[in-house]
Amino acid sequence: MNTKQQEKVATRNAYGRALVELGRRFPEIVVLDADLSKSTKTHEFARAFPDRFFNMGIAEQNLMGTAAGFALAGKIPFASTFAVFATGRPFDQVRNTIAYPGLNVKIVATHAGITVGEDGASHQAVEDIALMRALPNMTVIVPADATETARAVAAAAAHQGPVYMRLGRPAVPVLFGEDYEFRLGAAAVLREGSDAAICATGVMVAEALKAAEQLAAQGIEVAVANIHTIKPLDVETIVHLARKTGALVTAEEHTIYGGLGSAVAEVLGEHYPVPLVRVGIKDRFGESGAPAQLMEAFGLTASHIVRAVEVVRRRRAEWAGRCR
Amino acid sequence: MAEVPAELVQELEARARSLRADVIRMLAEAGSGHPGGSLSAVEIVTALYFHVLRLRPQQPAWPDRDRFILSKGHAAPLLYAALAARGFFPAGELLTLRKLGSPLQGHPDLRKVPGVEASTGSLGQGLSVGLGMALAGKLDRRNYRVYVLLGDGESQEGQVWEAAMAAAHYRAGNLTAILDYNGLQIDGPVSEVLSPLPLAEKWQAFGWAVREIDGHDFAALINAFSWAAEGRECPSLILARTVKGKGVSFMENQVDWHGAAPSKEQAARALAELEARSPFKTTGRPSVCPQFAPDTDGEGWIRRPLGGRRGETLLSGAESRAAEKACRS
Ligand SMILES: Cc1ncc(C[n+]2csc(CCOP(=O)(O)OP(=O)(O)O)c2C)c(N)n1
Ligand SMILES: [Mg+2]
Repeated sequence: MNTKQQEKVATRNAYGRALVELGRRFPEIVVLDADLSKSTKTHEFARAFPDRFFNMGIAEQNLMGTAAGFALAGKIPFASTFAVFATGRPFDQVRNTIAYPGLNVKIVATHAGITVGEDGASHQAVEDIALMRALPNMTVIVPADATETARAVAAAAAHQGPVYMRLGRPAVPVLFGEDYEFRLGAAAVLREGSDAAICATGVMVAEALKAAEQLAAQGIEVAVANIHTIKPLDVETIVHLARKTGALVTAEEHTIYGGLGSAVAEVLGEHYPVPLVRVGIKDRFGESGAPAQLMEAFGLTASHIVRAVEVVRRRRAEWAGRCR
Repeated sequence: MAEVPAELVQELEARARSLRADVIRMLAEAGSGHPGGSLSAVEIVTALYFHVLRLRPQQPAWPDRDRFILSKGHAAPLLYAALAARGFFPAGELLTLRKLGSPLQGHPDLRKVPGVEASTGSLGQGLSVGLGMALAGKLDRRNYRVYVLLGDGESQEGQVWEAAMAAAHYRAGNLTAILDYNGLQIDGPVSEVLSPLPLAEKWQAFGWAVREIDGHDFAALINAFSWAAEGRECPSLILARTVKGKGVSFMENQVDWHGAAPSKEQAARALAELEARSPFKTTGRPSVCPQFAPDTDGEGWIRRPLGGRRGETLLSGAESRAAEKACRS
């Protein structure tokens, strides 16, 4: 893992490549898209395996229903479009036809979050994790970089059951080397520390690592956990971090309602209450702007995480001094 | 087909060129956005905003206004340019398109821009919204009309057909859809990606009155809008054959210009092409004022027949004053 190294690759590009590779190994993989194959990168699979690629046009509900049919006939369908149109538009099809019977459909959505940028709120899914996490049977994965995406796509194909995977539009730092091991459902502690712990997911993992470095320069050692699997959540690791540090921060490019922050709060509330500060989108829709500007404006940078760590540590001190 | 005055067509053509130029400038400045589907709809939107729609830019919420919904919301730059040209907001704001803090979002936000009737961008939803407005207009006995612009790729969305079925069922004769039939979507030609054809027959089978025209021909557009407003009970569809990227030679019929902004250099070339086809009409109100005329028999003003309604309609006192102001200043 390396935050200084400047190589940047979009997770959707890693997805396109991984699909082609998997397509070779698994003849039962079919890919469906909804007129966004150049953006989701499924067009690479289409080029390699034209017979196993189906462009369903701008019709996301039919996209999901057809994927369900493929799964019932023994195929491993990957259905891709932008995250907004993969979760919100066909929510009922995903709920009733895919998740309820636990069908083996892999929904891999790109262009999640505000890093979509200039297209604005209509195209920026900030609630997709919440929607998919609420569905029984659904596995929810948010890779942090290109390497992890490739591993996660392979793991999703090997997993039996519905999967929602959340990918992004812009190139993001490559954090993990070729030796990186991905275990579905197991949080990866990337950095140890006992002053506080940051649980981050997706693009915020890189920001969390940067924040940890900045804090280390001030003598504050924070643990960083990459929560790539939001569901099933690695409760054990989160409780362990809570016990060890007594102060948690979550970081996600998603609304703080229903996403990683909520999931961690649920775990802490039931198992080991400690102060928690959630870095995420504060109950608002996205808007148009350059991705980096938006991340700044929405409070989703390393320096915002640093501030959150300071707040949560202060709160821990206050709570400790309080007669409970 | 009724004769459309040449001066009116010239007026609208000049407007169209200036809207095209606005779109190019806005996209080049923004560095992202959708030229192809904005340019294909320029004549449709020009005819609506400068001839057909009854609007009060100073009173955007006027209850009797005609409604226009850009269901293919990615053509937002065109809508913004038309609204600015009609005086809904200062044209200077156009160059803030897609910038952080600008009201001009990548896709239209009805809470941010006066004159935007619905927040669109997620395709396939605008016709339903237009239907709701149309049915409300009938309930309230208001005689506004509702116009919805759809894409041909967009018509792959099931909701479009749900709305089509409902509009015919509820006899929304005050609802007109215009389908920007440019033949292209993002991944290729609509006929190859997922064919929605035949379009005219489908809409007819859904209970709509259908007329197919050249969507860049103002005389045809104006006649089609008159036809749409003839007062029949069923909703009407204008199937407008268009060219994606129309007006900029290197963008025409090129699928790759769906969602890529021109560079500064490409924009300069595009603008040079447009300017070579002068005249331009960039500012001010419609000078020909095609919509209204003084009533020769009385003191008020009338709406003229072309484009909006069958026959002339006498305007109320307040409407007359507004019409006079619009046409004489
Ligand atoms: C529900 C939904 N799915 C996908 C998209 C992404 N998208 C934006 S424009 C477009 C193609 C539209 O094609 P068409 O309707 O033919 O528009 P035009 O050619 O007029 O630009 C797509 C797929 C979207 N905006 N909304
Ligand atoms: Mg089209």
